[in-house]
Amino acid sequence: MKIGVVTFPGSLDDRDAARAVRLAGGESVSLWHGDDDLKGVDAVVLPGGFSYGDYLRCGAIAKFAPVMTSIIARAGEGLPVLGICNGFQILCESHLLPGALTRNDHLHFICRDQRVRMERTDTTWTNAYAEGEEIVIPLKNGEGGYVADDATLDRLEGEGLVIARYLDVNPNGSLRDIAGISNPSGTIVGLMPHPEHAVESLTGPSTDGLGFFVSAVNALVGSR
Amino acid sequence: MARVVVDVMLKPEILDPQGRAVMGAFARLDVHGVADVRQGKRFEITLDGDATDAALADLHRMAEELLSNPVIESYTLRVED
Repeated sequence: MKIGVVTFPGSLDDRDAARAVRLAGGESVSLWHGDDDLKGVDAVVLPGGFSYGDYLRCGAIAKFAPVMTSIIARAGEGLPVLGICNGFQILCESHLLPGALTRNDHLHFICRDQRVRMERTDTTWTNAYAEGEEIVIPLKNGEGGYVADDATLDRLEGEGLVIARYLDVNPNGSLRDIAGISNPSGTIVGLMPHPEHAVESLTGPSTDGLGFFVSAVNALVGSR
Repeated sequence: MARVVVDVMLKPEILDPQGRAVMGAFARLDVHGVADVRQGKRFEITLDGDATDAALADLHRMAEELLSNPVIESYTLRVED
């Protein structure tokens, strides 16, 4: 199972994401922002960081990168894509997911181990979790407030597209405590906290994050 | 050489914590009577030639697809005299 991890100028978490893919039993493939060749991957991770320095808006310039042109086209045909943090911002800017991520309501950059509840577990990226399972993974963002108009929020809730919700505290002002969402078919998932930083007990607060990557490997094996 | 100005603002229903922080500074600097502050972005675009219909159509497309995110922002575009 080949899972591509994109490196943009300013990506920070591409190596951790690639490591998480390998620990989950997948083969990680490095993809470069300036190259529209997806190298035959079965799925793609858009990692966290500050692509293009977050200039203009987070993810606004990344969406026009050659690699994104290919990913946007293929995602529409069912290629699984996981966007973490900056990757979530890129997915929203690319209109692959609805809504947008805005400046944290308290203006501070936040870095903490965050408890979230998994709410949709039939997606390509969350099938290794139990519905209602509570996990702890790192959260680190300055512009992680999820916003959308009420009609969009109602649709997300009504169709069960909220995949994870913040517990204990709402760390960034996200509407309805939304930490992550998916498209209706469950192939595209955006998530603000970082599962790739919680895959080994030596370095993470837990190994709860590994499930996102195991899920994709499960889904890809199952589809063959 | 025409100059085109694009102003981008968060939509009214979107919380603007930066604007709110600026408003807090007004009060600390003893300036009162300010009901609200909203912060936006201003782009000054200088064209090689005149602001033709075709050039403005391109800039409207850029304002819509690049300079603003229509999910949370609105823009105005005007040609400066």
